[in-house]
Amino acid sequence: MKFIQSLLRRGFEPMEAALSRVFTPAWNPFYQLGAIGFFFLWIVVASGVYIYIFFDTSIHGAYSSMERLTYDQWYFGGVMRSFHRYASDGMVVVMALHMLREFALDRFRGVRWFSWATGTPVIWLVIISGITGYWLVWDQLAQYIAVNTTEWLDLLPIFGGTIARNFLTNTGLSDRFFTLLVFLHIAVPLFLVFTLWIHIVRVSRAKVNPAFGLMAGITLMLLVLAFIKPALSQPPADMALVPGELAMDWYYLAFFPLLDSWPGNLVWAFAGIATLLLMVVPWLPRGRRVPAAVVDLDNCNGCTRCVEDCPYNAVTMMPRSDGKPFPQEAVVKPKLCVGCGICAGACPSSTPFRRAVEPITGIDLPDRPIKVLRQDTEQAAARLTGPSSILVYSCRYSVAAKDLENSNIAVVDLPCIAALPPSFIDYVLSRKLADGVALVGCPDSGCYNRFGVEWMKDRIDRKRDPHLRQRVPRDRIAALWIGRFEKAKAKRELQAFSQHLAQMTPAHSEEDAGVKRV
Amino acid sequence: MSSVFKYAGQGVFYAALAALIGYFSTTPAYRHFPEDQALLRLAFNHGGAPVTECRKRTREELAKLPPNMRKPQSCPRGRVSLAVELALDGETIYRDSAKPTGLFGDGPSKIYQKFALPVGRHKIDVRMRDSRRESGFDYERTFDLDLGPRHSMVIDFRAEGGGFIILK
Repeated sequence: MKFIQSLLRRGFEPMEAALSRVFTPAWNPFYQLGAIGFFFLWIVVASGVYIYIFFDTSIHGAYSSMERLTYDQWYFGGVMRSFHRYASDGMVVVMALHMLREFALDRFRGVRWFSWATGTPVIWLVIISGITGYWLVWDQLAQYIAVNTTEWLDLLPIFGGTIARNFLTNTGLSDRFFTLLVFLHIAVPLFLVFTLWIHIVRVSRAKVNPAFGLMAGITLMLLVLAFIKPALSQPPADMALVPGELAMDWYYLAFFPLLDSWPGNLVWAFAGIATLLLMVVPWLPRGRRVPAAVVDLDNCNGCTRCVEDCPYNAVTMMPRSDGKPFPQEAVVKPKLCVGCGICAGACPSSTPFRRAVEPITGIDLPDRPIKVLRQDTEQAAARLTGPSSILVYSCRYSVAAKDLENSNIAVVDLPCIAALPPSFIDYVLSRKLADGVALVGCPDSGCYNRFGVEWMKDRIDRKRDPHLRQRVPRDRIAALWIGRFEKAKAKRELQAFSQHLAQMTPAHSEEDAGVKRV
Repeated sequence: MSSVFKYAGQGVFYAALAALIGYFSTTPAYRHFPEDQALLRLAFNHGGAPVTECRKRTREELAKLPPNMRKPQSCPRGRVSLAVELALDGETIYRDSAKPTGLFGDGPSKIYQKFALPVGRHKIDVRMRDSRRESGFDYERTFDLDLGPRHSMVIDFRAEGGGFIILK
C-alpha cells in the first residue's frame, strides 16, 4: 500500500506544483477538489430544477419533452441539460481525484476515518443519482440501463424477481413505475446532500466553496463544452428492439458492461467487497497511533489560541476545574487529535527561553514536548560548523530535509511546521545558534494538516497569535513550502539562502536584539 | 511566470478537464448486443400445484381447533416446483426446476431467462409441468418465430389464457 501511495504522490506532486504556478496556490484546483465537487453538485441541482420544469414525467412523454427542451430551447434549456450532464460527470472526476489524493497523502487514518468511511456511501449515492437520471430520458441508453438494473436488482431476495417484468414490452410499461423513478432521482440526491454534510461535519473550517476564480473558470468551461458538444438523447427506447451500440457515459455506467459478461451475483459480490474494502482502508496496517496532545493546567490560562488553530476540532474550552482565576481551560478530545502539534505551536507558554525552570507549556505532545524540541534545536545547532549556517525546521510531510544536512545545514523534524512556536526562531537567531532559520513545510495551500502552513505564515507576518517578535530579523528567515519529492529544489533554495546569509553582516548579537537572558 | 503564461496555463487546464469530461461522457461506444442476433426472453410467474392433496379433517382434529379455524379440509401451504423446458429448433437449450418463492414455499415460481438467438426463422417449443406428476408436461406450445436483427421477443405464461403466449 505504501508503494501505491508513493506512486500516486509522485503523480500528484508535479501536477500540483505546476497548477500552483499557473493558478497560484490559493486557486490550485487540486487543493480544493472537495469544494469543486460541491460546486459541481450545486450546478447539477440548479440545472436539474430548470429541466424538471419542462420534463414530462410520463413514460410516453419523457423522451419528447427532453427533445423539445434540447432543440426548441437550445439556447438555454439545451445548455442547462448539458450543464446537468457535464457537471455530474465532473463531480465523478473530482470525487475520484479527491479520494485518490487523500489516499496518496495517507489522510484517512486515525481521526480521519470518519470522513473516509462516510465518503464511501457518497460514491454509491452519486452513481445511483446518475443512473436514475439517465433512466428518465427514456432513450435506448435508458432502456439498456432499465433492463440491466432491474435484472440485477431482481437477484436480491427483497425484490422478489419481479421488477424486470416492468420492462418486457412497450405496452407493459407503467407510468406509475416511471413516477417512482422521478421521485428516486430527486430523493437520492437530497440524501446525498445530507450524507455530504455528515462527511464534513467533523472537519473544522471545511472548504465547501472553491475560489471565486475557479468557479468562474469551471462555469465558462461547462458553457463552452455545452456548445461544442451538447448533451443529446439517443434514439427513443423501443422494447421490441434490443439496444445495440450505445454512447455510454463511462463515469456513471462503467460497471454495466460487467453485467453483460459476468453473472449478476458475481457483480453484487464484487460491488460489496469493493465497498467493504474502501470502508476498512483506514484500519489497514501501518496505523501508527500518535499520542494525543495533553493540557498542563498549571500553564494554561485559557487563552483559546489552541482551539482557534486546531484543524480537527480536537480542542475545546470548558469551565475551569482547578480553581485558577481564569474562566476556562483547554480540553483535548483524544479521539479527534492527530498529534500534529499545532496547538503546542500556538500556545503562548511554549517558549524555549526559560532557563530557571524546565520549559513546560500549556498544551503539548507527550512524544515530542517543547523541552525535547529545545534539546533537538540545541543538538542540531551544535552540529553546525560551517559558515552561513542554517537551522532548518522541517515538517515530516514535506521534503526529507534530513537528507540535505551538512556542515552548515542542520535539521529539526516536526509533525507539522505550525507545531513550531515562533519564539524558537527568535531563540535560534538571538542566541546565535545559527545564522539563519529555514522553515520547510508542505506546499502552500496543500498542508497535510490543512492549515499548518497558513497559520505559520500568519504568525511570522504577525497576523496571528502567537506573533513572531518584531525584533527578529526577517531576512534571516527563509520559508520553503514544497512537496515531498522536490529535494533538488529544496537543496537549491537552501544554498541560495546560505549565500544570502553570507552576504549579510554576522547575525545580530543578543544585545543588538535587545534580548536579556532569563 | 508572466500573466500571459498563467492564463494560457489555466486555459490548458480547463481544456484538458473539458476534454476528459466530454470524451468519456459518450465515448468509446459500447456494443451491448450484436446485430446478427435476436433476444428471446422466457419470463413468467406461476404457482405450481400444492405439494399434496387437501385432506378432510377428522372430527377429533376439528374439535381441537379454535371454533373460527374449523375448516373441514387441511391443505398444505407448499407448492411443487415447476419443471420448464425450452427447445430451439428441436434441441433443448434450457431445462430447469423453478422452486416456489416464499419462506414456506407457498409463493409462485418465477422464471426469467434470456436467450440470444441467431437472426432468422426458428421453431421454439416451450413446456411446463406445474402438477405433482413425475413426468410429462401440463402445458406445451410451439412458436414459429421470424426474428430480425436485435428483435426482442417475450414468451409469457397465462394459466387463465390457456398457457404460453407471445407478449406484444
